[in-house]
Amino acid sequence: MTNASMAKKNTIKVSNVRENKKNKAFSILLFIFFIALFCLIMIPFYAITLAAFKPGESLIRYGLNLKFDLSIMSFNNFKFLFTGDHDYFIWFKNSMVITIVQVTLTLLVSAFVAYGFSAYDFKGKNFLFICVLLTMMVPFEILLLPLYTLINDLGMMNSFSAIILPGIANAGTIFFFRQYLKGVPKEIIAAGRVDGASEYGIFFKLILPVMKPSFAAMAILNGMNSWNNLLWPFMVLGDQRKFTLPIGLKTLLTPYGNNYDLLMVGSFFAIFPIFILFMCFQKYFIDGMTAGAVKG
Amino acid sequence: MGILKKFVYSQKVAPYIFISPFVIIFLLFWFYPLTNSFVMSFQERMLGQAPKWIGAANYKKLLTDEVFLQAVGNSIKYMVGTLILLIPFPMLLAVLINSKLMIGREFFKSAFFLPALTSVAVAGTIFRLIFGEMNGSLLNSFFDIFGMGPFKYLKDGTWSYIALLVLACWRWTGVNMLYFLSGLKSIDNEYYEAAAIDGASAFQQFKTITMPLLRPTTIYVVTISIYAGLAMFTESLMLFNGNNSPKNIGLTIVGYLYRQGIEKNKLGYAATVGIVLLIVAMIINVTQLAFTGMFRKEEG
Repeated sequence: MTNASMAKKNTIKVSNVRENKKNKAFSILLFIFFIALFCLIMIPFYAITLAAFKPGESLIRYGLNLKFDLSIMSFNNFKFLFTGDHDYFIWFKNSMVITIVQVTLTLLVSAFVAYGFSAYDFKGKNFLFICVLLTMMVPFEILLLPLYTLINDLGMMNSFSAIILPGIANAGTIFFFRQYLKGVPKEIIAAGRVDGASEYGIFFKLILPVMKPSFAAMAILNGMNSWNNLLWPFMVLGDQRKFTLPIGLKTLLTPYGNNYDLLMVGSFFAIFPIFILFMCFQKYFIDGMTAGAVKG
Repeated sequence: MGILKKFVYSQKVAPYIFISPFVIIFLLFWFYPLTNSFVMSFQERMLGQAPKWIGAANYKKLLTDEVFLQAVGNSIKYMVGTLILLIPFPMLLAVLINSKLMIGREFFKSAFFLPALTSVAVAGTIFRLIFGEMNGSLLNSFFDIFGMGPFKYLKDGTWSYIALLVLACWRWTGVNMLYFLSGLKSIDNEYYEAAAIDGASAFQQFKTITMPLLRPTTIYVVTISIYAGLAMFTESLMLFNGNNSPKNIGLTIVGYLYRQGIEKNKLGYAATVGIVLLIVAMIINVTQLAFTGMFRKEEG
């Protein structure tokens, strides 16, 4: 090896070392920045957790803050949540029922429709698919009033079906399933026909099982929307015992009686089941919530 | 097999059966209400009473209705605010978190996503209290350190605007970051390698490779942000604990629609508000798409 090439090699080494040092510094800076951001994002969660252990009266007097004050903190709110005289768990149950029924129906109906769009060529197919896309392009809020009068005319006020039915052929979900079905080999359908299965038998016995992986993401997306939905249920449900959890929590926002005790511990308790689900099914949550960008 | 059964099971008819749930729901819960909205906007109408035709009177009244114009201003201001804050920063965060030098990537991805899991009812409650006017509330005790305040945030126009934007940023930064991250994944690493060989700086790489190739994602995020921003209502409803904020500083277009339609039972007038919202949303979106589309043609 000549001296020249040795020297060249050494400078490369030196510059690599320098590069590595620079990278390490950048890496640490980046980490510190994200930790700081993380702390900022966690403040509201920390505040609500603390408040769940403090008496509502202190909240009304001093406001929501980050003071860790053991002298006023206790499990009293939790005791009240589980044994007190209030409708919290009725609301919780209502939300559960609506969410489970809505997700099940939406997935089934949307998959059924998506299969129709993907497996067949028929007259009017393009027009109908444009209709699917159209429903995604008009904000739901514009339909609030006419839908409200319609539900009133149909005598469906104060019923869970008024909340569930309008959303069961969900355009986003149909679109997502149709994209997924594009990747399913058409031979399955042909084989089913050869075996003498009916058109619907093919869907229920052969196609639905194949679609399973795509269900998780859509179940989470629809489930989250349903569980957290406030406005439409708020308009339709007038009877306090039919309230969903978000409506119920909203009504507690007036500082009266034990409201704030229940509001804090109730908000805390409304978040944490979802957090636990999220820890278990993280990938599906992220797939579901970002499904739009993939198709877009 | 009966004739009817044979008909329903035939390969010609089956597709229509498969599509039928959508068609029924579409006609009943989308097309009919939307058409009805147009019809109602030309009527004076109350729940349970016979409608009265009044021509374009609602539209005339609406365009000079100062409270409505204020609501439109508030909604557009909010939409612009979310566009400024919730597009560039999440994009930058996505690029940073995607960097090879990032430690704890998966942890931060999940952690930043957590606020999106909270309902607007819970998040709104928390932020209403954080922005509380008591001396000891979170924000006031923070400003107290610097000898400032206390402020009555939710009674002041500027502070309320900030509060709404903070709430939006808290909930959606993580989700938008994930949108951009999934967009980044589809960019071939070879582009960056080639650029690095050419000696392009990190900023140049971001400008010439990342930004243009993220365009589909950006268009998508901009579109949903425009809709969500213009149609915002529940955030304001929670933050002000009702639809009546002092001097209507928190009133949005949908809030006004709700006030007229549900609170005052003026369904016709409220429907007009909805139609105007639809038109505004369409105009902004078509303009936006035309612009982004034009840029694409220039480069292609």
